[in-house]
Amino acid sequence: MDFMTPSTWDDALQIKADRPDAVPIAGGTDVMVELNFHRRRPPALLDLTRLGELTTWSMDGELLRVGAGVSYTRIMEELGDRLPGLAMAARTVGSPQIRNRGTLGGNLGSASPAGDAHPPLLAAGAQIELASVRGTRLVPVADFFTGPKRSVLAPDELIAAVLVRPAAGPEQFSKIGTRNAMVIAVSSFALALHPDRRAVGTGIGSAAPTPRRAVEAELFAAGELPWDTLGTLDPAVVRRFGELVAAAAAPIDDVRGTAAYRRHALAVLGRRTLTWAWRELCG
Amino acid sequence: MRLTCTVNGLTRTADDVWEGESLLYVLRERFALPGSKNACEQGECGSCTVYLDGTAVCACLVAAGQAAGREIRTVEGLAPEGDLDPVQRAFLQTGAVQCGFCTPGLIVSVHDLLGRNPHPSDPEIREALAGNLCRCTGYEKIMDAVRLAASGGVAADPAVRSGHGGPAGPGGAPGRGGLGGAAS
Repeated sequence: MDFMTPSTWDDALQIKADRPDAVPIAGGTDVMVELNFHRRRPPALLDLTRLGELTTWSMDGELLRVGAGVSYTRIMEELGDRLPGLAMAARTVGSPQIRNRGTLGGNLGSASPAGDAHPPLLAAGAQIELASVRGTRLVPVADFFTGPKRSVLAPDELIAAVLVRPAAGPEQFSKIGTRNAMVIAVSSFALALHPDRRAVGTGIGSAAPTPRRAVEAELFAAGELPWDTLGTLDPAVVRRFGELVAAAAAPIDDVRGTAAYRRHALAVLGRRTLTWAWRELCG
Repeated sequence: MRLTCTVNGLTRTADDVWEGESLLYVLRERFALPGSKNACEQGECGSCTVYLDGTAVCACLVAAGQAAGREIRTVEGLAPEGDLDPVQRAFLQTGAVQCGFCTPGLIVSVHDLLGRNPHPSDPEIREALAGNLCRCTGYEKIMDAVRLAASGGVAADPAVRSGHGGPAGPGGAPGRGGLGGAAS
């Protein structure tokens, strides 16, 4: 097995072009498990931990550009004000040791339906910057995932960054699991209120072949929320929102839970997150 | 591949390292530092927690090549040879050790916690140790150990000596063994 340690982004892209079979590794929280358990013997590892530009974030015009190598710990500590939903999700990942190593880009690259960063990125309408020697393209996160652990990432491409507008309103994330730590989501749900354009964003995790939005729930809430008065939420609206969130899922029975439980849980998560976020908006 | 890195302040080199092996394997099998324990190999148990460039990580999830040129600090390197870190003393003083397998990882995690937050609340301690499993379920004594270490009230017990599985030093109380490089 070859171990390649590029020190510049251009070198990394050239290596990926020459060796599309090289598996990128950053925090190792997925790749090393596969190696340790002999599930995978890639011909080459492409170490991304020596690329300083991957671990920075900055404002790029109106968008926040978060490098793919930024860890969950840093998202929690440095981006909680600008991306509260993503920071909440980052806080539910694994343990301190895992959050110190695991990266945003690694979560996207693994493309697990249960990836914790995915629902808040969906709710926020983020875009993913993919790069290769051919150039750079932006993919809306809703179009990035194509199936369980599959994405539109081409063999010669690397994930460079996530581009996302800083939150204009409250964001929430909630996750069902058997403990508060070290849990892969049974189901998760993220919600973003965009009061500037009277819109609602959503993201469902671990309840469909890919992370996905609950589009009907978004449109329903955007039309029914009392944006003008910032008045009390109608319980019927909250309930219907939860039903539409659950209806948007396509869960399966697996070791972590049943499809029926996941649907039930998503209705609850939808109601709760909408209630919390609306209360926050109304101050 | 040849791997060179700094471990507990010393430059260490290993030859014929397989590119896909973990830092944990390198530490235990190539550098003869068995304090970091190998249990789950998937980042779930925290028994292999070490510092990598000052950050607490699971050594089982770091590829050997990623450690090249980096500074690693293991449980063996928390205190000078022959001494114990106050966190290690606190574990001894409170009896926070049962089978001992999770202890080295817990000690590094507690050391890391107290370095960042010298006076953690109980929920902060539990959160910080969420990635360290004790299957003897001795968590209450472990909580006591962290509270004691944070209080600064750890007794400086000259009888307690570190070592590789050796008995307690002269005058050591019954049942007190060395921590750090103990049972491997």
